[in-house]
Amino acid sequence: MCPPATDSTVTGGTAPALELRGIDKRFGTVHANRGISLSVARGSVHGLIGENGAGKSTLMNIVYGFHQPDVGEILVGGRRVHIAAPHDAIAAGIGMVHQHFMLVENFTVLENVVLGVEQGAVLARSLAHARGELEKLARDYGLDVPLDTVVSELPVGVQQRVEILKALYRRAEILILDEPTAVLTPQEADALFKMLGRLRAEGKAVILVTHKLREIMAVTDRVTVMRQGAVVGEVATRDTSPRELAEKMVGRAVLLRVEKAPAKPGEPLLAVRDLEVRDRLGVARVKGVSFDLRAGEIVGVAGVSGNGQSELLEALAGIRAPARGAITLGGHDLVAQNFGPRERRRLGLAHVPEDRLRMGVVTKFSAEDNAILGYQDRADYQRGPLLNRASIRADCEKKMTAHDVRPALPLLRISAFSGGNQQKLVLAREIDCDPQVLLIGQPTRGVDIGAIEFIHKKLVALRDAGKALLIVSVELEEILGLADRILVMNNGEIVGELARADANEEKIGLMMAGVKEAHA
Amino acid sequence: MSAPRKLPRWAELGLLPLVNLLAALILSGVVVKILGESPWAACKLMLAGSLGTQDGIGYTLYYATNFMFTGLAVAVAYHAGLFNIGGEGQAYIGGLGSGLVALWLGDRAPFAVVLPCAILGSASFGAAWAFIPAWLQARRGSHIVITTIMFNFIGAALMTYLLVNVLIKPGQQSPETREFGAGAFMPLASDVLAKVGITFAATPLNFAFVLALLAAVLVWVLVWRTRWGYAIRVAGQNQSAAVYAGISPPRIIVQAMLLSGALAGCLGLNELLGAQHRILIDFPGGAGFVGIAVALMGRNHPVGIFLAAVLFGALAQGGSQLSFDMPKINRDMVVVIQGLVILFCGALENMFRVPLAAMLSPFAKKQKPAA
Repeated sequence: MCPPATDSTVTGGTAPALELRGIDKRFGTVHANRGISLSVARGSVHGLIGENGAGKSTLMNIVYGFHQPDVGEILVGGRRVHIAAPHDAIAAGIGMVHQHFMLVENFTVLENVVLGVEQGAVLARSLAHARGELEKLARDYGLDVPLDTVVSELPVGVQQRVEILKALYRRAEILILDEPTAVLTPQEADALFKMLGRLRAEGKAVILVTHKLREIMAVTDRVTVMRQGAVVGEVATRDTSPRELAEKMVGRAVLLRVEKAPAKPGEPLLAVRDLEVRDRLGVARVKGVSFDLRAGEIVGVAGVSGNGQSELLEALAGIRAPARGAITLGGHDLVAQNFGPRERRRLGLAHVPEDRLRMGVVTKFSAEDNAILGYQDRADYQRGPLLNRASIRADCEKKMTAHDVRPALPLLRISAFSGGNQQKLVLAREIDCDPQVLLIGQPTRGVDIGAIEFIHKKLVALRDAGKALLIVSVELEEILGLADRILVMNNGEIVGELARADANEEKIGLMMAGVKEAHA
Repeated sequence: MSAPRKLPRWAELGLLPLVNLLAALILSGVVVKILGESPWAACKLMLAGSLGTQDGIGYTLYYATNFMFTGLAVAVAYHAGLFNIGGEGQAYIGGLGSGLVALWLGDRAPFAVVLPCAILGSASFGAAWAFIPAWLQARRGSHIVITTIMFNFIGAALMTYLLVNVLIKPGQQSPETREFGAGAFMPLASDVLAKVGITFAATPLNFAFVLALLAAVLVWVLVWRTRWGYAIRVAGQNQSAAVYAGISPPRIIVQAMLLSGALAGCLGLNELLGAQHRILIDFPGGAGFVGIAVALMGRNHPVGIFLAAVLFGALAQGGSQLSFDMPKINRDMVVVIQGLVILFCGALENMFRVPLAAMLSPFAKKQKPAA
């Protein structure tokens, strides 16, 4: 982690790199940005923080030309610019690294960087020209990237560097990073922060959009907090604290740590023995994993995404058939008896999938239709041969009230809810039928702080009611906050097990990177 | 961002299709003008010919009956995430089923007995013809668009073989069966209405129209009101979510295609039992393909399919009227107009969306921003 820059790095006297004046944007009745003014100095890292739906992305999309502001102006280097489309933004020296990378996976790094800015019809010449320039950029900013490797073979952290290189190659002076650490290990994130330090030292302006307070505190010089479309505060980072920022974001005091009593683990409810899961190509993704899940405990599975956690979760839930091994629940061997998701639900195994939009909900369905997904066979949802619409609606309303899903409109399309409210509804669906074992992937992915607090409390309450919970999360903070016992996965194996009391971020981070000795 | 703008529901379901239809008709008018006829007169002729007289209405609804069956077939498959291009072949083979029942029972049983058997015959034959591509898709991953197209050709070849070599009425040249017995004749609308004292022109409009309406209601109930329909829609929208919910996508593929094929197969009830009273070469006459356009335009909803089927029925009827009365225009003009309607309502569906959304935006609320 690099220390925040001192005042001297900010060039005095010149105009700010980027200035927004009175940006206002409405989408119909939704007032997404309310008269936002923001100024980002050259040679600084500026944090933009706020809950989901606070208007951060809208604002950045305006700067990058995806949206047009209704009112307000954008100044780059003191000069008014009109940004009608992303290419105008690029021409003005603004680069953006999206949360989901915009790379052609089967192109090399070099080809990806050149894509769209080739000079002339002969590709070889552009590539040669780009190679020289990229090598220089890589030296200047410490962005070490193998230029001739195909992007899909690179780790996520390196792919992100390619995105940054792309922006720099297009001569970006202002770099917007949207939730850049969502996919990184803590170590990779630190490397990114160091890189941002270099960019700052070279006089670039960096805007870091995030909802993670840790990052804001670690790397930014100033921070702007948004809530409900408006700026609610702008402070120098060293003059503030995570607690203060969180309260500004949410508009009330929040608990950053989950309060919970020590666990009282009981009988093992779910036993996993020597589980091996292969992917479509026959490559083992989970390699002989064994563990027990006891009543009244929360077990967290930590790991960089892509190290077998997803496959493990899907195998436990019955979505992916394991190659070998046993999963025992309620006296049944789920693997040997070939139980699918339906049978497992009947045995009291509920599952909140990692990727909510891909698996947990059907985005085009209403909330009430989503609230029965997986439980569509339940007797009280039927009336003769038909679905009992009245009871489905009443049940959905009940869930929405009990889990504070807003707005409480069962007929509203699920995609119109915020991520947090979608997640609360999925959680409500899975908790409601009183499962014994709950598998939860990324409990709070894309969920705002207010809802995170709510969801964490619910999970701890379930634990205290004697349920067994398995939580897979890429958010170490979440694992550390919730879990009573932590399993760390690397390359398909459990490389270590830690009791919560013995765990800290550094230890787990090393184990996530595959250093086995760390648990000794 | 780049996603199509959201329209209010009424505009999405009513205004946009209407604007698209209008654009298609205007362009058709241009074609008519180029051919040397007055577009305005042609338009009046088509309207009068299809909806202006009892005769016209009868024929329009008779054609619409075929299109409803095939349109519903496409829609059911669509909700399961499948593009069934094989309506034509399924209708052809399904018709064989009802035709065989009619040949067998028409002389010896009353209509009340023949009807359920004929429905069963057409549905089961149509479903069987859809089953093979469905199974190939579900188990082998053979793309259903390709296989159903191929099965159209196989079906046509099979029917030609059967009609030329097996089913042909002895002692004649044209590949047709003998006429069905009277017990297999669908009651005509004109006869039924005459019984209650209403005179209606003699047209091929028959009881199958009512069956098509019932099929539309059945499809609505099945898809939106039953557990099975729920499973179909989940699997059609999101296969991962289906697996997660314990729904087997391969099973849904097969089941939905069986229903789809059965619906398409019912075309024979209208065309053979209702009008031709024999099995003949190429009796579906492209209705299986029109069904795709009907489903597309009707947004795969039974109500929309009914409306679109009537529209395409009117085009078919009005078009033949047009070719009678305007010497410079032949029947192919219908195909041109159909093609333009499909082009504007299907392929270019979003062309007017953005301008419409911009025009309506002061009155409507738009999507929430992604934040």
